[in-house]
Amino acid sequence: MENKSALWRWIKGSRVYKSIFRHGYEDTKKNRILQIRSNVFLHIHPVKIPDHAYRIRFTWCMGGITFFLFLVEVMTGAFLMFYYTPTPEQAYRDMLYLRYDVPFGMILRNMHRWAAHLMIFTIILHMLRVFLTGSYKPPREFNWVIGVTLLVITLLLSFTGYLLPWDQLSYWAITVATNMIGAMPFIGHEGPLSLLDRYHDIRFLILGGSEIGSNALLRFYVMHIIVLPVTGMIFMAVHFWRVRKDGISRPL
Amino acid sequence: MAYQDHSKKRYTWPDLVVIEFLTAVALTIILLVWALLVNAPLLEVANPGMSENPSKAPWYFVGLQELLVYFDPWIAGVMIPFIIIVSLVMIPYLDNNPRGIGHYTYSQRRFAVTHFIIGFSMWWILIGIGYFLRGPNWQFYWPWESWGAVKGVEEHLWSPPPWAGVTGLIAYLTLGMILPAIIQRGLYRRFGTFRYIIVMSILLMMYLVPIKILLRLLFHIRYILVTRWFNI
Ligand code: HEM
Repeated sequence: MENKSALWRWIKGSRVYKSIFRHGYEDTKKNRILQIRSNVFLHIHPVKIPDHAYRIRFTWCMGGITFFLFLVEVMTGAFLMFYYTPTPEQAYRDMLYLRYDVPFGMILRNMHRWAAHLMIFTIILHMLRVFLTGSYKPPREFNWVIGVTLLVITLLLSFTGYLLPWDQLSYWAITVATNMIGAMPFIGHEGPLSLLDRYHDIRFLILGGSEIGSNALLRFYVMHIIVLPVTGMIFMAVHFWRVRKDGISRPL
Repeated sequence: MAYQDHSKKRYTWPDLVVIEFLTAVALTIILLVWALLVNAPLLEVANPGMSENPSKAPWYFVGLQELLVYFDPWIAGVMIPFIIIVSLVMIPYLDNNPRGIGHYTYSQRRFAVTHFIIGFSMWWILIGIGYFLRGPNWQFYWPWESWGAVKGVEEHLWSPPPWAGVTGLIAYLTLGMILPAIIQRGLYRRFGTFRYIIVMSILLMMYLVPIKILLRLLFHIRYILVTRWFNI
C-alpha cells in the first residue's frame, strides 16, 4: 500500500529518512534480503534457511526460547537491582518491600524467578533436541562444547541467584550445596585426602568465609549480576555466530 | 524421517522473524499470567541457628541431592556432576558415527541414542523422587502420606569387606569392558581400542549409579568399597 501524499513522499525522500531506513518496504526479493542484511539484530539470521528448519517439530524452538528467556532475566533483573541491597541486614527486607510496597514488585520478582526455572527447562530440552538430531556431529562439535559451557553458566546463574533472597529456603539450600563443595577431594576441608583446613579450602574461597555470611552474599551477588551474565553473553554470541556460519544441521 | 526436498529454502524475512516475534509475545503473556498467579517462594528470614527440614535444592539440583542418600558428598556433589559435564563435552568427539545428522533417527544411531536417553531419564527420575517423594530428614514419603507421620530410623546397612569390594568392582569393570566388545564386535571395530575404552569407562561409571542404588535398596549395602580414605 503506497501512500502517495506529497508530505509522505517528501519525508521518504529526505536525507534524514534515508539515513535511517536504507531500503523500501515493498515485498520484493531484494527488500527481503536487505531487511536481514542491513539490520544489526536481524543479520544474525541467514537470508534464507532450509524449509525443515522452520518446523517446530525440528528445533522445538528451544534455542530461541532459551535466548528469549535470558533476555527476560536481564530486563527483570535490572529492575530488581533497583530495589535490592546485597547485605544480610537488608536483602530480606527488600524482598518484603518488593512484595508489599513496590508497585508491580511481586510480578517483577515472580517473573524473574519463573523465567529462570523455565530457562533451565528449555535449555535441557534444547540439548535433548540437538542430541537427537545428531546436530553435534562435524562440523558442529565445538558448538556443542560451547553449548555445554552455556548450560553450566546457566546453572551457576540460578545457583548464585538462589541465595540472594536471604530467606530460610535460600540459606539452607546454599548450605547443603556449599557443604558438598567443601567435600571436594584434596581442596575441600571435608573431602577425602584433604590437604586444607576450613579456613583455606575451596569452600572458603567461594563463600569468602567459613560460614555463609555477608561476604558470601556479596560474592554470589557479583557473580550473579555481572560475571556470569557477561560470560554467558560472550558465549552466546559465539554460539549464535557458529550456528550462523555452519548453517543449521540438515540431512545430507 | 523423510524430508521431501532438502534443498528448498525460504527467506527468513518475514517468515522466520514472524515466528520468533509471535513466540516472544506468547511467552511474555504466559510469563505474565504465571507471575500474576503464582508467587515466588519466600520463607522466614535466614536463620543460621535453625535449619529447614527438609531443605531441598531447586528442582534441577534435586537429582544430585537425592544421590546423597547413596553416595558420599564428594561423589554425589562433586565427582558425578564433574563427570557428567566432562562426558557431555566429549560426546561429539567420541561419537564417530557419521550417520543421522539433522533429523531424528533411532535406527541409524542406536548405541548413542539408547545410552543418552537412559542417562537423561535417570536424571529426571532422581529429580522426581527427590522432589515429590522425600520428606523430613530426606525420608521416603508417598504423595498421599503426611509428612507428620514419623518414619522409622534408617534400616541397618552393611558394607562388604574391602577385599570383596575390590573384587566386585574389578569384576564389574573388566567384564563391562570385555563383554560388549565380544558381543558387539561391530561396535568395537567402529570405535577402535582407545575410543572404546573411554566410551565404556563413561558408561560403566554411569551404570554404577543405578547399580549402587539397587544394591542398597535390595541388599542394604551401604558402600561397595570401604577404604581408609574414601568409600564408594
Ligand atoms: C543459553 C543457552 C543456549 C542458547 C540461548 C542456545 C541457543 C541456540 C539457538 C538459537 C540455536 C539455533 C537452533 C535452535 O534453536 O535449535 C542453537 C543451536 C545449537 N545449540 Fe544451542 N543454545 C544454548 C545452549 C546449548 C546447549 C546446552 C547445547 C548443547 C549441549 C547447545 C548446542 C547447540 C548446537 C550443537 C546447535 C546447532 C544445532 C544445529 O545446527 O542444528 N546449545 N542454540
